[in-house]
Amino acid sequence: MRPLVYLTLVLSTGCASAGARQPSTPAPVQAPASQAAAESMSVDRAQYPSTYRRHPNPPVLIRNATIMTATGQEIRNGSVLLKDGRIVAVGEKVDAPADAGVVDGTGKYVTPGLIDDHSHLGVYAAPGTEAESDGNEATTPVTAEVWAEHSFWPQDPQIPLAIAGGITTIQALPGSANLIGGRSAILKLVPARTVQEMKFPGARYGLKMACGENPKRVYGRRGGPSTRMGNMAGYRSAFTQAETYRRRWDIWRKDHKGDPPERNLRLETLAEVLRGNMYVQNHCYRADEMAQMVDLAHEFGFKIRSFHHAVESYKIADLLAKEGTSVSVWADWWGFKEEAMDGIQQNAALNQQAGGRPLIHSDSPSGIQRLNQEAAKAMYAGLRAGIPITRDQALRWITVNPAWTLGLDSIVGTLEPGKMADVVVWSGDPFSVYSKAVQVYNDGWLVYDRNDAAHQPRSDFELGQVPAPGSDR
Amino acid sequence: MIAVLLAQTIAITGGTVYPVSGPKIANATVLIRDGTVAAVGTSVTVPADAKRIDAAGKWVTPGLIDGGGQMGLVEIGAVRGTREGALASDSVAAAFNVAEGLNPASTLVPITRIEGVTTALATPEEHLISGQAVLIDLDGGTVEEMLVKSPVGVVARLNEDVKEEVGGSRAGLAQRLRRVFNDALEYGRRKTDYSHGQMQRLSAAAADLDALLPLLRGEVPLIAVANRKSDIETALRIAREYKVKLILAGAAEGWQMAGKITAAGVPVLVEPLDNIPTYDALGIRYENAALLARAGVKVALMETDTHNARNLRQQAGNAVSYGMSWDQALRAVTLSPAEMFGVADRYGSLEPGKIANVVVWSGDPFEFTTGVEHVFIRGKEMPLTSRQTELFERYKTLPPKY
Repeated sequence: MRPLVYLTLVLSTGCASAGARQPSTPAPVQAPASQAAAESMSVDRAQYPSTYRRHPNPPVLIRNATIMTATGQEIRNGSVLLKDGRIVAVGEKVDAPADAGVVDGTGKYVTPGLIDDHSHLGVYAAPGTEAESDGNEATTPVTAEVWAEHSFWPQDPQIPLAIAGGITTIQALPGSANLIGGRSAILKLVPARTVQEMKFPGARYGLKMACGENPKRVYGRRGGPSTRMGNMAGYRSAFTQAETYRRRWDIWRKDHKGDPPERNLRLETLAEVLRGNMYVQNHCYRADEMAQMVDLAHEFGFKIRSFHHAVESYKIADLLAKEGTSVSVWADWWGFKEEAMDGIQQNAALNQQAGGRPLIHSDSPSGIQRLNQEAAKAMYAGLRAGIPITRDQALRWITVNPAWTLGLDSIVGTLEPGKMADVVVWSGDPFSVYSKAVQVYNDGWLVYDRNDAAHQPRSDFELGQVPAPGSDR
Repeated sequence: MIAVLLAQTIAITGGTVYPVSGPKIANATVLIRDGTVAAVGTSVTVPADAKRIDAAGKWVTPGLIDGGGQMGLVEIGAVRGTREGALASDSVAAAFNVAEGLNPASTLVPITRIEGVTTALATPEEHLISGQAVLIDLDGGTVEEMLVKSPVGVVARLNEDVKEEVGGSRAGLAQRLRRVFNDALEYGRRKTDYSHGQMQRLSAAAADLDALLPLLRGEVPLIAVANRKSDIETALRIAREYKVKLILAGAAEGWQMAGKITAAGVPVLVEPLDNIPTYDALGIRYENAALLARAGVKVALMETDTHNARNLRQQAGNAVSYGMSWDQALRAVTLSPAEMFGVADRYGSLEPGKIANVVVWSGDPFEFTTGVEHVFIRGKEMPLTSRQTELFERYKTLPPKY
């Protein structure tokens, strides 16, 4: 069993702000900030707040279920109590307040809400037309200045499908056309009119970077980069400029002497990576390239939080474990391009064995609906190959490990008192192909109930043109 | 060497056998001789020289058949030089039979078969008429050795993807298809006139029109990719007009007209895990396979991600999860595709005389817990190795073993 090392790690790096640990507190209306204040806080600009509000709900007691906590426990005939958006109690015997709604979990399983740290929901929305294709600002190889939230369409009909699969939090990322693709959006997967209403309060932004074939292919005949060495030069040159920019601003912030330096949105984002305030989420397939990126991160003094796709991470699992970089992988995707040729089904398991922090991501509107199945495949592939993966570890691949990658593991990702009430009730063992999410609670709100049409949210897009799903969707 | 292997007699004993053609048989023996199933049952006499495989506690099924994808026709999706599934030049490529594009050395073949898929339809892609699909076994040193049947059908697409080729309207697709069929019939009647240049210009090359004649005689089915309800209607209508034997593929909105499809006696190839709405099929949903099967439609399943054709069993498991009976789902990846593709006399079930494509599983083939223990293709046991198992062996402990 892996100890809970990351809770302390996250808190000591100051990632989880007080605001983040009190997600239910309504955010105050922001007054226009003073020029100096605005310029001094360049990540969470007050003008782009989260307007997420917890949906008020009566307490809920789920009882007589198998509780999989993602902290090493699997409690038979256990209960979970949710109140005011929090998990209040988890155990064999839980006292519930008189006003609690009771869910009979006989034969059912309960897990934390699933987290997908690599999604393009909302930025590559269904129905998949050119008009909805908003994921890649493929106009120049470094676009650190763009934010995925500014593309995100909350009426993407893929969102309700993902919710029905038990997903409660996603990282919506820009695509991988660019060396540096822009900021990610960390979102609560709830029905909403605006992306602001979905933004996970207090979550820090991620920066999408991409290695390998994609940037080369997109820019090879458009001024470059056209080679992997060109890719490396591109990142280094961007971070070199960002370093100068950061220094200038940090000096000005100290004494406020003279005019502030000119703002540059691209470098502003990169400077936040250099200050350690933003996580690098790095699309990278090949082992040798990941090793190059580790060197690059060392050169500029930042950490790569996770290598995404990382189909060859098993080849350097020792190096990645030592580096403390997680790997966000598929269970079995391979071969769709040359850098994906060496994908194997034991990738996650081998990283776990090496002491790393693997997780299963989807990168797919289809795969996101069955992250539990993908984790199951990866677990059993490991077990069949003689790698002793536990059910708890496999559950962590789709809950608290992605929460860590997003810096939210002290808030979501496990069933523990005090955590946000993101909870899934499954019809059976979530690692069985025959099991489905029957209830999904997001921050205590029943956002999906397979047996109650009143709790099956549909996007605006679906109304009147997508046939009603009935109760069995 | 092949002859020696084929002469082997193998007895898989003690397993729970799912013949598909009949109910499951507990503690049964499957006897394989000379590449075919010799006997199945609880009172099979095992010859003294037979190689015995103990399957106690295991499940024994026919090898799974994937009803779609490009097995053998693609190595690396993004590398054009390794893709053989589409003829770029022609919107009517009826004469394009994919067989000679097959690569028996493809790494996908062992990667797929060691997970229980032993047979796959290799289908041409793109265009109004994509070409001819062939059925292959996932073993063989040459294309000829792999081929089970060629052609299985002529693939046509009646959907959004290809309508630009005919001027930008779905109605144009139907119109073009009829014109091509009419020209093929005319060509068939007047080949001599054609060779003497005494015919008006035809809407497709002579070779393509010629290739449509078996289809128009009802000897080879039309495999029509259609997803929107109206496109499925078009496919059914044209099949009726020309008395063409039809197989629907995709049929995402088929569940909305299951009665009509049943009435037409048309079987359907479904990919159960497809459910992302597009304007080609806003009504796409997980329950499609189950709802069609419930209405009496013959359903076979496909996993069209060729690299992960091994996930056919996950597709089947999800079809069950969304309402198909388990028995229907097993049939939909064995006997039903064999029937659709016209090879049920040799494939799809464990019965005496059938080709011995047999899989021994550690449990329910659709469950993730289950692993493959033995795979036989045409009676020959496959080694459970692939490029991926070799990569794993090299890197399972670090530093790697070079």
